[in-house]
Amino acid sequence: MVADPLEHYAGSAQRFDELLDGQGAVRPHWRRLVEHLSSGGMDSVRRGVELARRLVVENGVTYNVYADPQGRDRPWQLDPLPLLLSAAEWRDIEAGVVQRTQLANAVLQDLYGPQRLLRSGVLPAELPFGHPNFLWSACGLRPLRDVWLHVHAVDIARAPDGRWWVLGDRTQSPSGLGYALENRQIVSRVYPGLINDLGVRSLAGFPTAMHESLADLADDDVSLAVVLTPGPFNETYFEHAYLARQLGMPLVQGQDLTVRSDVVYLKTFAGLRRVHAILRRVDDDYCDPLELRVDSALGVPGLLGAVRAGKVALANALGSGVLESPAWQGFLPGAAQALLGTSLLMPSVATWWCGERPALDYVLDNLDRLVIKTTFPNQSFEAAFGRHLSSGERNALRLRLRARPYAYVAQERLLFSHTPAWRAGTRVRLAPRALSLRVYVVWTPQGYRVLPGGLARIAAEGVRDVVSSQRGGGSKDVWVLADPQKALPLDEPAAAPRMTRHTDLPSQLVENLYWLGRYSERCEDKARLLRATLAVRTDRRVWRVALATCAAFGVLDPDTDAGISLYDDKLELGLAADLGRFGWAATQARSRLSAAHWRSISMMQRQFHEAGQSRSEPVEMLDRLLVSLTSLSGFALDDMTQDDGWRMLMLGRRLERVHYLSQLLADVLDAEPAALRASLGWLLEVCSSSITYRTRYVTAPQPGPVLQLLIEESGNPRALAFQWHKIGRTLRELSVQHEGELDHSLQQAIAALREVDLLRLEESGLTGLRQRLLALGDSAEQLADRLTMRHFSHVGRDLRVVAT
Amino acid sequence: MSGVVRYQVRHQTVYAYAGSVAHAQHLLHLKPRETATQRCLEQAIDVWPAAQRSQHVDAFGNHATRLELDRPHQTLEVTARMRIELLPKPSVDAAASLAWEQVRDGLHYTGEPIDADWLEAARYRAQSPFVSIKRLFEQYAIDCFAPDTPVLVATRALMSKIHQEFSYESGATHIGISLQEVLAQRRGVCQDYAHFMIACLRSLGLAARYVSGYLHTAQGEQGPELMGADASHAWVAVYAPPFGWIELDPTNNLLVDREHVVLAWGRDFGDVSPLRGVLLGGGAHSLDVGVSVQPLPT
Repeated sequence: MVADPLEHYAGSAQRFDELLDGQGAVRPHWRRLVEHLSSGGMDSVRRGVELARRLVVENGVTYNVYADPQGRDRPWQLDPLPLLLSAAEWRDIEAGVVQRTQLANAVLQDLYGPQRLLRSGVLPAELPFGHPNFLWSACGLRPLRDVWLHVHAVDIARAPDGRWWVLGDRTQSPSGLGYALENRQIVSRVYPGLINDLGVRSLAGFPTAMHESLADLADDDVSLAVVLTPGPFNETYFEHAYLARQLGMPLVQGQDLTVRSDVVYLKTFAGLRRVHAILRRVDDDYCDPLELRVDSALGVPGLLGAVRAGKVALANALGSGVLESPAWQGFLPGAAQALLGTSLLMPSVATWWCGERPALDYVLDNLDRLVIKTTFPNQSFEAAFGRHLSSGERNALRLRLRARPYAYVAQERLLFSHTPAWRAGTRVRLAPRALSLRVYVVWTPQGYRVLPGGLARIAAEGVRDVVSSQRGGGSKDVWVLADPQKALPLDEPAAAPRMTRHTDLPSQLVENLYWLGRYSERCEDKARLLRATLAVRTDRRVWRVALATCAAFGVLDPDTDAGISLYDDKLELGLAADLGRFGWAATQARSRLSAAHWRSISMMQRQFHEAGQSRSEPVEMLDRLLVSLTSLSGFALDDMTQDDGWRMLMLGRRLERVHYLSQLLADVLDAEPAALRASLGWLLEVCSSSITYRTRYVTAPQPGPVLQLLIEESGNPRALAFQWHKIGRTLRELSVQHEGELDHSLQQAIAALREVDLLRLEESGLTGLRQRLLALGDSAEQLADRLTMRHFSHVGRDLRVVAT
Repeated sequence: MSGVVRYQVRHQTVYAYAGSVAHAQHLLHLKPRETATQRCLEQAIDVWPAAQRSQHVDAFGNHATRLELDRPHQTLEVTARMRIELLPKPSVDAAASLAWEQVRDGLHYTGEPIDADWLEAARYRAQSPFVSIKRLFEQYAIDCFAPDTPVLVATRALMSKIHQEFSYESGATHIGISLQEVLAQRRGVCQDYAHFMIACLRSLGLAARYVSGYLHTAQGEQGPELMGADASHAWVAVYAPPFGWIELDPTNNLLVDREHVVLAWGRDFGDVSPLRGVLLGGGAHSLDVGVSVQPLPT
């Protein structure tokens, strides 16, 4: 018998229930979804929940995104059961939030312009003037087409009477849009087919429309829009990278941009390229260390000047964060009358700003019913529920409110509606959770448009009031059902997406890709070296040579047991430390890696970390690691666009291999002749060339043939010659592409090496060969330095601020 | 002293960098603003090496100059020269200023339309990056602000108290020390005196702004030498209706008259720093600032 997932689900008397009506019957727009769930049975439900969880982990949807073996990243919480909204409900929401966005835009225009609302007493001057994100330097500025808000997020919740109320606004750089899009991707895999059957409105055209709108602001035909992120330290960096990919815009950090003569440029691999629009995820006061906060390395010096000159559009405009305060809520109806001549379609949750004497008196008398919050985001005070306070705490709070009343706001507690969510456990079933919804409004040349969906957030189990993803709550996809009577042209993808030229690669990103190449190769080399070495543990003669080589490369501490030393991340040049660096480089280059590529990297990191914790058998671990690393080089070959970024990644790999291999061979050649002979099999293993050798020679490994195979055999992908051919080809491509001089510096060292007749090598010739190998390694490093100078020198890491 | 006085001011700033600076942008507040009692007869800013420049008037009415240097350089010299004429300040009867509570309450939101003067004053009433509002500062000042004391009488008493209890530290101004530390140590440079006094006034609910400029000090027998004349100087203006903004110099415990040349004002130092820049490259740097204020015959 099929169990009914609704069996134990009940509405609450005090709250609105999204699924059930007052009589306990399923609301009409949920019926088909409920039928689908019932017909599939509990197993299919459980499978869905598990699939969603797996996809979240595998896609690396996190708050904090380091490919960090310590696992500091927290997976995004997604409940796969969507929130359903009918076409009629959505129409009301849409109208309410669009009006609100128009109002917010008009308020910003007034605050940074004539300040009529302050003069006439509609708005208190204390609110903007005391707000850290009111930027005095932005006063008098007019953004292109007077668009202050390009993206506006409105948090709403449903009251017991069924109406939606506004809880707050995100006007600076609203987060969550990337997560909303990602949620849809995942949920549509959990319920394939259902989205179409139900007529759920698509989100697919939205990113394109957003990019187009930004690009549209530019006065040029060809325009470039970028996403500006504070960088991988930011907790929502995943979203920045994801959104940049969805929007088809380069993801950049402050130092990728430079302002020259009031024009913003992106430092690309091919030179400076003008930027017309910036979708920023950097806070207002951090955007320009020249005119705003001096202690900021995140911003772009001179950005305000460029805005002042009308040469760049910022989404959202600088200073728009001033509207992020609960204190505004009570004043918006007046502002709507003054600016739009209408009343608000969607009410805000009842709010008292204590800066008004009567409001303060009311709040002091009614603490039990209210939530107390700060007016300004830079105050250190946690929101407090009056009724949860002890009498001592209550008195302390009263003192605070009386001392600086304008710094506090009180809001009525709203009983959020309930929506069903899966409760995992022995029996998966539905349980009610408190719900709030973040809705996104985006500017287009045709007016403000609402994303037909959004980010639903549910409270953690047992939590009644607070809905926040930081406190263990979860998220949901939002399904807005199409109106069967109406065609919805806006949901369809707009015209073909604008091409971003592939030369728009930020230099820094290319540099990160280059290091990603080097570190991935370095990890592979070291893993192979260790793997081959641990395998010859029982052969004392070879073991000595192998161990000395490992010590020379710094991958093992000769005084510690190899099985332990291998995992030691304090060993500066050890495998663990290099895997950490590899992970870091991958994090930095994340916007260029496919989801699958990234997933493999994080899985590899996790496995290594876990193996270290449990002290797994090292050879087994190294085998697994090598499989992962090899598949990663496969990703690099087959899964990436072969542009300059890719070229530099491959160049990084090749140069690393030349450097490593020449060093390795030089080291081994230093061993005494008998030991050298005995170690040749090991050497072939280290260089992953045993099979190639055996297919070519029937004899046991001999010095001449082995050296020839590893140095001159251009058909062996592990040989030096193979690397230098590839390097030469890439350098030629780069010089054609960028009209630069061809770098011949490696040639001399190669020619010198080629003079040696490896098959007739006498013992006396060994020293000469060693020196030539070392010279080759050195010139590879010099070439690397020159490439860095040539392509990355303008990356400019050492910006400093001076003041008198 | 009576009648008009004139000064010639020269303010030179020299940066010497250890390495080469590849690109630099600077923001200057070195062009004096005009006031009811200050006229600028002549002014120029020389920059070496040559720089691209642009000007704008900021939200506080100050002249701001932006420089961009896009060639590698190892030194930067900025020299501001100006000839200034100062008129005597109209005499003010401190006892006739509004009671300080009236000013405080007048700055509160009431839902009624507000006069431009009061709205302007409200800008300088809130916390700003270098001036925090704390009960500690209010407590320090409160004995000067007995109930019903005229705001200007009380503010002068506060100035005297700070001047008496704090010791002046000569040398370059350095930003970064917090006002709580300034209070704990009871010493600082003119910038600290000004920021601390502003913090006291704002913590009481009053409006106060930071004024940046130069000070002329009489040499020899003419009077005591004033502090802060060897570099750019800073003082305070308080909103004291019906007289409007009144300037006070807590470092020297005096009401500003014809010895102070105004460059710019704002909420605090951050709004009006004379020269601030963002450099690419350059390494360590040394800084040399010289200010001279010479009286001119009228």
